[in-house]
Amino acid sequence: MAREGLTINPAKTCQPIGAMYAALGIHGCLPHSHGSQGCCSYHRSTLTRHYKEPVMAATSSFTEGASVFGGQANLLASIETIFSVYDPQVIAVHSTCLSETIGDDLQQITKKAKDDGKIPDGKYVIYASTPSFVGSHITGYANMVTGMAEQFAVSTGEKTEQINIVAGWMEPSDMREIKSIASLMDAKIVLFPDTSDVLDAPQTGKHEFYPKGGVTIEQLRSTGDSKCSLALGCVSAEPAAIALDKKCKVPFETLDMPIGLSATDRFIMALSKAAGKPVPASITADRGRVVDVMADMEQYFHGKKVALFGDPDQIMPLTEFLLDLGMKPVHIVSGTPGNRFEKRMKEILERAPYANFRNGAQADMFLLHQWIKNEPVDLLIGNTYGKYIARDENIPFVRFGFPILDRVGHSYFPSVGYSGAMRLIEKILGVLMDQQDRMALEEKFELVM
Amino acid sequence: MDTQNISLLEGREKQVYEKRAGGAEVDIACDKTSLSGSVSQRACVFCGSRVVLYPVADAIHIVHGPIGCAAYTWDIRGAVSSGPELHRLSFSTDLQEMDVIYGGEKKLYKSLIELIDQYQPNAAFIYSTCIIGLIGDDIEAVCKKVAKEKGIPVLPVHSEGFKGTKKDGYKAACHALMTLIGQGSTEGISKYSINILGEFNLAGEAWIIREYYEKMGIEVVATMTGDGRIDAIRRSHGATLNVVQCSGSMTTLAKDMEEKYGIPFIRVSYFGFEDMSKSLYDVAQHFPDRPDIMEKAKEIVRDEIRKYYPEMQKFKAALAGKKAAIYVGGAFKTFSLIKALRTIGMSVVLAGSQTGNKDDYRALKEMCDEGTVIVDDSNPVELSKFILEKEADLLIGGVKERPIAFKLGVGFCDHNHERKIPLAGFIGMYYFAKEVYESVMSPVWQFAPRKGGKR
Repeated sequence: MAREGLTINPAKTCQPIGAMYAALGIHGCLPHSHGSQGCCSYHRSTLTRHYKEPVMAATSSFTEGASVFGGQANLLASIETIFSVYDPQVIAVHSTCLSETIGDDLQQITKKAKDDGKIPDGKYVIYASTPSFVGSHITGYANMVTGMAEQFAVSTGEKTEQINIVAGWMEPSDMREIKSIASLMDAKIVLFPDTSDVLDAPQTGKHEFYPKGGVTIEQLRSTGDSKCSLALGCVSAEPAAIALDKKCKVPFETLDMPIGLSATDRFIMALSKAAGKPVPASITADRGRVVDVMADMEQYFHGKKVALFGDPDQIMPLTEFLLDLGMKPVHIVSGTPGNRFEKRMKEILERAPYANFRNGAQADMFLLHQWIKNEPVDLLIGNTYGKYIARDENIPFVRFGFPILDRVGHSYFPSVGYSGAMRLIEKILGVLMDQQDRMALEEKFELVM
Repeated sequence: MDTQNISLLEGREKQVYEKRAGGAEVDIACDKTSLSGSVSQRACVFCGSRVVLYPVADAIHIVHGPIGCAAYTWDIRGAVSSGPELHRLSFSTDLQEMDVIYGGEKKLYKSLIELIDQYQPNAAFIYSTCIIGLIGDDIEAVCKKVAKEKGIPVLPVHSEGFKGTKKDGYKAACHALMTLIGQGSTEGISKYSINILGEFNLAGEAWIIREYYEKMGIEVVATMTGDGRIDAIRRSHGATLNVVQCSGSMTTLAKDMEEKYGIPFIRVSYFGFEDMSKSLYDVAQHFPDRPDIMEKAKEIVRDEIRKYYPEMQKFKAALAGKKAAIYVGGAFKTFSLIKALRTIGMSVVLAGSQTGNKDDYRALKEMCDEGTVIVDDSNPVELSKFILEKEADLLIGGVKERPIAFKLGVGFCDHNHERKIPLAGFIGMYYFAKEVYESVMSPVWQFAPRKGGKR
């Protein structure tokens, strides 16, 4: 089907939800959606379905009046209401297609709020411009993380031993894993944003409006004095590292998100180098175990064709990992526009000239399905929305990415680091072997695999 | 911040009421837009339109705007179809910056042509999202043009998110349906016929209801919109009576049909034995010349209740004295739930809705026990506070409320889009009781700190 105007079954969503997710990674922060009530409601619902956790965020609740006269009054009123009722440390405001189209200037409005004394001492309002008609949820995430760096980081002129790690869009479990790796290595880091202990909070009998996790304002301020930054993801994390470099002269290195063996190797080496600390034996052993399983099960991976879709920073290293496993990533789709994806994918896919990949306009699930029909695959990897294709084509399916609305685990078990690689291997093998068992003829049905 | 220690939102006092002996008359300030800066559980105009029209399964639903509105409403409502499933796909014009500057009409036109050629739907609904109202796309003109070229109804739904509340979205949806109604032939429709309005066939509920009425000897012309079909909607003006559930969303349509086609309507609810029975009797009463219809209704009620009554007694024995909090979309549903909960021995300590009106809240006060808190357009802080204060054992709500209940150590029942089992009809009451029982009595609670950290 030739298409010009249309997206069918999108492989992306809009900026504001990314900004909301990022803002939840600041301790004591209430994300604020400057737009219609529905936006905030949809984002909270989607995040709730993905995390099975309460997600708190406020909205300017635009009315017709606001859309004619501008949303300044709504935002100023919101800021007052939020500080007096919900008492957060920070309000992180993001815009929407509506407030962008009517031309609200968040910088100017938040400045006015400060000048008018609507922001109590020791409290903060940060903002990010996140028009829904540009980029995707990943862009919105990157914009809010950049806002954190730009609006909080302070340079005292004295560098510290601290390393900033800018998290690309990843799960709370992934952020917990990154911190754990750094701690094993005895590297002093600040990770931001950090949604662990926010969106994976324990059951306590209380509804904690501000759960205990999240990067603190003190930590965010200190990022300006850090000796360097590691940005985990060229699309969702690098912009914040660039902003820190510009504002506070913090040099940075951009890495792939540490998903799979090679990308994790590079991350571990980069962190070790930046921190000036050796890689501890326990990490080396973790790596050895991953390689051991890869070798043990090599025959089950080899030559298997894979289709994958999702967010650029996640599927780039995942593609590389599939190649490392001996698999063939043949179809790759990402709804997020931008040329960084194409550039990096070309490098990764040098070993796989057969692969189809596309991102941006009309890189959607409909396209992926067409590709799969033309060239069938043995495995599909992506978010929950892949389940229609998996069912239609009887393809083993590993859920990975955002959103996952029909399974649990993603917020508890990491996909990054060596433990993440191990988990991916287990998941991929699990569905491949289940399929083999299900489809095997009686005489070929094996006990030992 | 501890939710127990939060006072009511300033400006919210008028949307919260506690029933006390000799207390003031209920005068809840509803129909208000939410306070700027509140963590409201409400949605927008688009959401209202989208949920009402979504179950029409042989139409394409195209969301005109940036990608988000289409992405967040992609197959999230378990409104099942017995045939085509076009409604489960997500179509968006995915407007980009240039479209916002130069307008999205061309893109919309092309999208429509491409889609109609590909899927051969019986109609198309075009939802306007927030910015369409601002960039001035003439959706009506595009729809007319495509309708003429392709020979199917192409219906604009004016659902810009900020132009009112969810209720205005319901109205826009009803308006779109109204333009379809009257276009089909009413030939062969029985005098003993109804339309089922405001039943969305979540988990197959419309099928259950339809079967009861058909057993009574009544023809169901159209269900709007559960398992909906364009042709059935087009000829629905041939029905003798409109039976309206979920009155918040569909009363507008019933009134319009009454005015234009002289079809009277009744309000019903299919939740709980009491209301379900009444909704059969009320319909039967409308056909006094056919006493067999009433006889049949009585027979169904008798048989069904006999079937489920013994099980209900078991649930009741376990649940007697437990307390429930209700926070759902429409107020009418709240009435039914209070009765249904009483059937299984539970009392209601908090009752609220997102979209109730003054009459609803007055009626709610009449029904509730003393000490019950009544809220309009509530928020998580308030809900948590009252659940703890009133020591509720169960919360009935939607997707955003579920994890709050579980964090508090309170059982939960989804009475919104995400219910997985039918809750309507006699069998639905059984499932409802079973779900409440399983959640309230779940073994997990013996391990969980409950109700603010107290066991």
